[in-house]
Amino acid sequence: MILEDNLGPHGDDAYAALIAAHEGLSTAQSQALNARLILILMNELGDPNRFTQLLTEARASSSSD
Amino acid sequence: MGAGPIGLAMAIDLAGHGIKSVVLDDNNVVSVGSRAICWAKRTLEIFDRLGVGARMRDKVITWKVGRLFHGHDEIYSFDLLPEEGHKYPAFINLQQYYVEQYLVERAQELSDLIDLRFLNKVTDHTDHGSHVRLTVETPDGNYDLEADYYIAAEGAGSPTRKRMNLPFEGQTFEEHFLIVDVELPHSPFETDEPERWFWFAPPFHTGQSALLHKQPDNIYRIDLQLGPDTDPRTEAAEEKVIPRVKAIIGDMPFRLNWMSVYKFRCAKLDRFVHNRVLFVGDSAHVVSPFGARGGNGGIQDVDNLGWKLAAVLNGAPATLLGSYDDERCHGAQENILNSARATNFMTPKTEIEALFRNETLALASKHPFARKLINSGRLSQPCSLANQSLQTGSHPLVGCALFDLPMGNGWLVEQAQGRFCLLTLDTQDWQTPAGVDTLPLPNIPERTQRYGDTGAFLLRPDGHICAFFEAPDATVIATAHARATGAAT
Repeated sequence: MILEDNLGPHGDDAYAALIAAHEGLSTAQSQALNARLILILMNELGDPNRFTQLLTEARASSSSD
Repeated sequence: MGAGPIGLAMAIDLAGHGIKSVVLDDNNVVSVGSRAICWAKRTLEIFDRLGVGARMRDKVITWKVGRLFHGHDEIYSFDLLPEEGHKYPAFINLQQYYVEQYLVERAQELSDLIDLRFLNKVTDHTDHGSHVRLTVETPDGNYDLEADYYIAAEGAGSPTRKRMNLPFEGQTFEEHFLIVDVELPHSPFETDEPERWFWFAPPFHTGQSALLHKQPDNIYRIDLQLGPDTDPRTEAAEEKVIPRVKAIIGDMPFRLNWMSVYKFRCAKLDRFVHNRVLFVGDSAHVVSPFGARGGNGGIQDVDNLGWKLAAVLNGAPATLLGSYDDERCHGAQENILNSARATNFMTPKTEIEALFRNETLALASKHPFARKLINSGRLSQPCSLANQSLQTGSHPLVGCALFDLPMGNGWLVEQAQGRFCLLTLDTQDWQTPAGVDTLPLPNIPERTQRYGDTGAFLLRPDGHICAFFEAPDATVIATAHARATGAAT
């Protein structure tokens, strides 16, 4: 799992692309897009152990609790 | 024990090792309704050893094309082309009553070793340490019976388990399912070929899922998810069921053959071996029906226990039965994990679970990776016994069940099972210890693909590989064999 910067000079571009992908979608449509995106990324990663690490980290980093 | 498929298979397996048994059952007919219908390849290979495999295969229709729908839309279809070079297909559909009938007839052929007693109900048992004493109730009065071992194969409601007050814990699912078997005059599919159709969110039914597939004699199995808030008694009434059937098959005449409304659990006993009382099949563990892991899992229990119990009765250390406990508890856990996952996929319990499920289905019409994530049941596979105490070494095939091969004069599954056997791949001078037969595998491409080209595999009587040898070292082979027979290591 990489938690140091891995995007270099392209971080702003990638973030903007993520936001742009949700443009014009309702909350429900956005949630569905996110779900599909996670499934595609999970397969792209192809490594259940690393995926579990990412899930654990995402859960631990919650801003709301 | 009981005279369902598991109890009967157990008695036949023991008879194959020369062990006498009495089969007691409080009923006097084979099961009513189709119940378990899907039998996996490994089960058929075990049934081959028990003498009923070919009869089952010859009775059935094997479907090849499966179609998966989400609402009105077909997401994808798949064609299960059988892999060449195996005696048995990946699985078959055959009603439980046929399987029981074949097993009863086979048991009757072995009547010098198997004493079948119907309308005999075990009402009590006492484990005396060196034997078990049973109280048996019959229409003509009660009697006592003394046995070396008592095997409980009485199904999910196991009275023996209840009498012993053993915890049977796990997960209960709230959804109700309706199973209906109907006899149809012609195929409900668009072709005469038997297919298997599965729907998520079917358009003809308000529940989450539906399944339609074929059994022999023009009987079709319909499985409908009804949701948690249903009254099983009203749902099982014909006036409720008939419109549900018509909604699927359209306007053709049909006869209701059997139906049942059920809710299921995934649960198991902590231990299957309790001194002289042994649990097999649903008495020991229950799973959801997705993946056909109930009946098939139970047959693997039988396969694992038969040769060990026979060995113990012939003087092997009783601790060998502990390996049945370890290996089949492991198998039951694997079955429970798989069937619970299928159930969770089919019955999402939260909005987010439903979201991921539905988006997986949405991706599946275009992308193969998502098709693999769709889980409407992962069909029973033989469980790997790698790293269990009877196995030696870490070759990747150690622990696996054998892979069938054409042998020129038959099949490997016909020739290798039922005893310890050394499968040799090359022409080195293989010597085997007493109690182990040698079986050279033919030099054909399937062998290279499934086993490789050099060395030898030691096979247990239940067809699981327990060791691999690169060279014919008699001491190493004897040590692995001793370990697999439960001798102290």
